[in-house]
Amino acid sequence: MNQMVKRFARGLDIRNGHVDMSHGSGGRSSAQLIEELFVRHLDNELLRQGNDNALFSVTAGRMVMATDSHVIAPLFFPGGDIGALSVHGTINDIAMAGARPLYLSAGFILEEGFPLAQLDRIVASMAAAARDAGVPVITGDTKVVEKGKGDGVFINTSGVGVVPDGLNISGDQARPGDAVLVSGTLGDHGVTIMSTRENLQFETSLCSDSAALHTLVAGMVSVAPDIHCLRDPTRGGLATTLNELAQASGVGIKIRETSLPIRPAVQAACELLGLDPLYVANEGKLVCICPADRAAQLLELMRNHPLGRDAAIIGEVIEDPHHFVQMETGFGGQRVVDWLAGEQLPRIC
Amino acid sequence: MKYIQEFRDQQLARQIAANIAAIADPQRHYHFMEFCGGHTHAIFRYGVQDLMPDNVRFVHGPGCPVCVLPMGRIDLMIRLLREHDVILCTYGDLLRVPASGRTSLMKVKAEGADVRMVYSTRDALNIARDNPAREVVFFAIGFETTTPPTAVAILQAQQLGLRNFSVFCNHVLTPSAISGLLDTPATEPKATDEPALRLDGFLGPSHVSSIIGTRPYEFVPQRYHKPVVIAGFEPLDVMQATLMLIAQLNEGRCEVENEYTRVVTRDGNRKAMALVDSVMERRDSFEWRGLGWIPDSALQIRDQFADFDAERRFASLADGDAPQSVDHKACACPSILRGVKKPIDCKLFGTACTPENPMGSCMVSSEGACAAYWSYGRFRDPMPRPMPNSAGQREVAAP
Repeated sequence: MNQMVKRFARGLDIRNGHVDMSHGSGGRSSAQLIEELFVRHLDNELLRQGNDNALFSVTAGRMVMATDSHVIAPLFFPGGDIGALSVHGTINDIAMAGARPLYLSAGFILEEGFPLAQLDRIVASMAAAARDAGVPVITGDTKVVEKGKGDGVFINTSGVGVVPDGLNISGDQARPGDAVLVSGTLGDHGVTIMSTRENLQFETSLCSDSAALHTLVAGMVSVAPDIHCLRDPTRGGLATTLNELAQASGVGIKIRETSLPIRPAVQAACELLGLDPLYVANEGKLVCICPADRAAQLLELMRNHPLGRDAAIIGEVIEDPHHFVQMETGFGGQRVVDWLAGEQLPRIC
Repeated sequence: MKYIQEFRDQQLARQIAANIAAIADPQRHYHFMEFCGGHTHAIFRYGVQDLMPDNVRFVHGPGCPVCVLPMGRIDLMIRLLREHDVILCTYGDLLRVPASGRTSLMKVKAEGADVRMVYSTRDALNIARDNPAREVVFFAIGFETTTPPTAVAILQAQQLGLRNFSVFCNHVLTPSAISGLLDTPATEPKATDEPALRLDGFLGPSHVSSIIGTRPYEFVPQRYHKPVVIAGFEPLDVMQATLMLIAQLNEGRCEVENEYTRVVTRDGNRKAMALVDSVMERRDSFEWRGLGWIPDSALQIRDQFADFDAERRFASLADGDAPQSVDHKACACPSILRGVKKPIDCKLFGTACTPENPMGSCMVSSEGACAAYWSYGRFRDPMPRPMPNSAGQREVAAP
C-alpha cells in the first residue's frame, strides 16, 4: 500500500476535503480516492487484483445472488451507519436462502461536496462489518453526481453465496400447520431512525439492530435443514413480510399479539406517534417458518445465539383462501394484519 | 407500558363484556355511534365488536378530520401550489386524500410542488423561520384537539415577527357536527337509497373533550333525546362507555356522562379555549364532506391576525372562487360519515377503492371507517366480490 500512496504527489485530504466531480471522472483523482480511501479500508487479496472485476473460483452446487441499495437519512445513527447497514443488508438477503455468503460488491454514488471525513468513516465501518462477517468486498465502483442531485451518499451492495445441499428455503414453501418464529425484538431499527430525524427528535436509549444474520442462519439450517421459509422483515416490518409469505405460499398466517417480542421503548414511541410496531423496519431480525415439530428445537438454538436471544414462536400457518394474516389481540379479539398502504403516517387527532 | 396496558387488559374486558351481556335487553337493539375515528380504530384494532352481544352495534361517526374535509379545500391548496411558489406544510394524513381530477397533495408533490409533512405546528414555524424568502402555509385541520396548537403557532409567528407564515384554517367544531348529523338525515335523506339513521346514543369524543369539556354536549340529550357518554380511545374505555349507555337506556335516563374522567372535566381546558378564542372566531357556515354546509361549525382567523390568514393573503383562496366539491358518484363516504351505510355497502370498497388507491377520504386516514374496515376487519365480512388484481379495474367513470 505504501508504494501506491507515493504515486500521488499529495495525499488525499481526508480530514478537510470534499468529494468533487473529478473523483468520479475515472482519472487520477478517481484512482487516488479508490486507493487511499476505499482500498485502504476494504483491502483484501481479490480487491487488490485491481481489475474492473474480481476473479474467484466457485465450488460445485447452487449459488444465490442478491442486491440491495441503501439510501438512509441520517447516514449515522445509534447502532450503525449506512456503511455497516449496506454490508448487513446484502449478507442477510443471501442468508435468507440458507446460504453461506461468500463475496460482496459495493457501488457508491457520491454527491459533490460530500465531506471525505464522513466517507472515510462510512467505508471504515463497512470494512469492519465485512471483516466481522467474514465476507469481503471484492469489487466496487464509484460515481459522483453534481451537488443537489444526490443525498450525500447512496450505496449499492451485491453479493453471492453458496446454498448447502438439501435445503429448499423459499417464500412459497409455508404449509398449514407450520410454526412461525421471529429471532428477536421488533421495530428497533425503524424507531431509532425516526427518533433521530430532524423534525421528530425524541430521546431514546434505543439502538438500531443492524446485524449480519448468516451465522445464526447457519446454525439453524444445520439442525433443521427442512426449514420452509426465512425472510428478514426490513421495510414494512413483520406485517409486510408475513403478508408476502402468505401470498407466495397461498396460505393464511395467524399470530398472537401477546407472543410478539417488542421492547417497551419501541411500544411507547409507536404509541406516541400513532404508529404500529408491526410495520416498523428491522435490520437484524429474521422470520422463520418451519414444520411445527421443529419449532422448539429451533427456538432453543436461536436463543443460544447472541442475535437470537429474544427469539419467540409467534404463531402458525393456517389454511385461508384469502391469504390473510390475522392476529389474536392481547385484548381477546381478532384482527387482520394488512399490507402497509403507502407510508405509515402519524395520526392527526 | 404503564397507564396504557391497563386499559387493554383482557380479563377486565371479559368482565365488562359479561356485565354488558347481563344487562343488555335481548328484546331490543342498541345502536351507538362512536363519534371519533380514534374510537373506530380502537374497536377494529382490538376486536371490541367480537366481545359485544349481537344486539349491541357500533355505528361509525364523522369524527375523522381528514374524512370530513370537502375535496374543494384540498383543490384550493393544489391551486395555490400551482400558482405561487409556496411551501405547504401539512400533517401526513392529508397527503393521500383524493382531490379533483385524480390528483392529491402527494401527486402534486411528486410533480415538483414543495409540500412538506410536519408533525407539529412548530415544525411549520421552523420552516418559515429557515426560509424567510418563501411563503410558508400551514394546512390547519382537525377538531378542537388540534386547534390550540394552531392558535399558539399564530401567536408565536406574531411574536417572532414572521412575515412569511400563514395558516389555511379548516378547524371544525364537534358539537355542531352532532347537530348537523341529527338534523338532516331523519327528515331529508341525501340519497334515495339511503336508509334512515338508527341511533340510540353517542360514545362522545375523547381528546376533543379534554379541551372543550362535557358541557357543550348537554344539548344532545336535551334537544335530541340521545344519551352521550364521553369515552376514551382505549378499548376498555369504549366498552365501559357502552355499558354506561346501555344502563342509561335501560333505566330511562338520558344525560351526558363522562367515562374518561382521568382526562376530561365538565369545563374542559379553559386556558386552551381562551387562547383559541383570542385568535379565532366562528365562521357563518362551513362545508363538511357528507354532512353538507353546517352553520357555526368551523373556525376562521380573527381580523386582527389577518396577516396570518392564508385565505386573506392569497387572492386565489378567496371564498367565492372556491372550486365545487364533487366526490366520485359511486363513493359512499357521505352516507358512511352519516352512519347510515357501512363501508362494505359501498360499491367501490375493496375494488376501485383501497388504501393504496383511495377514491374517498374514509379509505385514507387510519381513523377513517373504510380504512379501519379494510385494514383490520375484512375477515369478518366475506368479500362480496372477488378482489381484482389491481385497484381501479372495476372503476366507474369519474363524474
